[in-house]
Amino acid sequence: MIPAPFDYHRPATLPEAIALLQQHGDQAKVLSGGQSLLPLLKLRLGGAGHLVDIGRIPGLEYITEEGGFLKIGGRTRESELERSEIIKSKYPILYDTALVIADPLVRNRATVGGNLAHADPANDHPATMLALGAEVTATGSKGARTIPIDRFFTSFFTTALTPDEILTEIRVPVPPARSGGAYVKLERKVGDFATAAAAVQVTLAADGRIERVGIGLTAAGPMPIRATAAENSLLNKKPDPASIADAARLAAAATEPAADRRGTVEYKREMARVLTARALNKAIERAGGH
Amino acid sequence: MAMHSIRVSVNGTPYEKPVESRLLLVHFLRDDLRLTGTHIGCDTTHCGACTVIVDGEPVKSCTVLAVQADGSEVRTVEGLEQGGTLHPIQEGFWQEHGLQCGYCTPGMMMTGVALLGRNTNPSEPEIRHAISGNLCRCTGYVNIVKSIQYAAARLR
Repeated sequence: MIPAPFDYHRPATLPEAIALLQQHGDQAKVLSGGQSLLPLLKLRLGGAGHLVDIGRIPGLEYITEEGGFLKIGGRTRESELERSEIIKSKYPILYDTALVIADPLVRNRATVGGNLAHADPANDHPATMLALGAEVTATGSKGARTIPIDRFFTSFFTTALTPDEILTEIRVPVPPARSGGAYVKLERKVGDFATAAAAVQVTLAADGRIERVGIGLTAAGPMPIRATAAENSLLNKKPDPASIADAARLAAAATEPAADRRGTVEYKREMARVLTARALNKAIERAGGH
Repeated sequence: MAMHSIRVSVNGTPYEKPVESRLLLVHFLRDDLRLTGTHIGCDTTHCGACTVIVDGEPVKSCTVLAVQADGSEVRTVEGLEQGGTLHPIQEGFWQEHGLQCGYCTPGMMMTGVALLGRNTNPSEPEIRHAISGNLCRCTGYVNIVKSIQYAAARLR
């Protein structure tokens, strides 16, 4: 399959990239790792007159902790998350996620920023970043602004980014003591999109009660879902089988999955319930709570 | 038609060629350079038959633009054999019966070579993880894993 013709630009700097996006408006698409965009163009599900390749702009690939945040450069490869010692030791939810995004070959090119900016509700990072309470930096002609992840996804495959903005950084608050996270995904085979998946990040108080919890759901509706009713039901409670089961039911009730080859609406909703419970248990265990 | 001149080193040979923006790396290798050892399988980023090594990392060349490889070093299956001597991974696939139809084999071998470049003593789970983006529909993975283990032992 061959994409429809487009022009290709490879700016050397961020300002050049933004100027190109401004010049070409909605005819332009940002090319990062290309692992979602190129299949889309090949299948001709989408078109773009101009691709602005940010692949050679320096300073967009890093994983570092600074000022109370884990900072991930927008063009950081998924394979770098998988190999990062910080991620492996302190952010198990992101390590879990990195291991199940597509396959290892795709992860050598796919980027964290691209996974979010593509805004496919079946992508994995939207749910994990919702659970983590992340924020992103959008850099455009008017400078840089911060967008909380809760306000980043605006509708089906659509984000709060304006056409001249590039997602340049993702920031995750460094989790306090007694925190843990997990991402649990059901997929038919390696490389498939999730049938359903749940992301949980939890912080326990000294007495074992749940002080903070974030729950994100993948492939559960037209947009990535944050299961706020389920989160609220757990706050200030000691995690026990009954409260976890209640929260999992509330999370499943928040889903609006679509039936496809991966399953019926009922099946996917049930899987969202099961996976939320599993992710909660795993996250709480990792936080030292079970 | 938007054209760009790219410089790519493929198996150590430098090339400078004009390419269309939308030309995929796999088509550049197969059609422009006539290196048809790299196969096109699913053409949808699933099967890994088109796997080549770009700057040390195995990638699916059906999902990379040729112009994105400008300035890069690419290794394909044609670059494995040197002066009539098979690469240990090729010898491994031969000795351990790592192929039947051979369609996935170039991609499997390039993924294997990249893995062994980082780790010459991978465990079986590490090998299976590394090749999880390469699909085989006939040999089965048991002999493919053995073939990579054979090459690993030769390279140690």
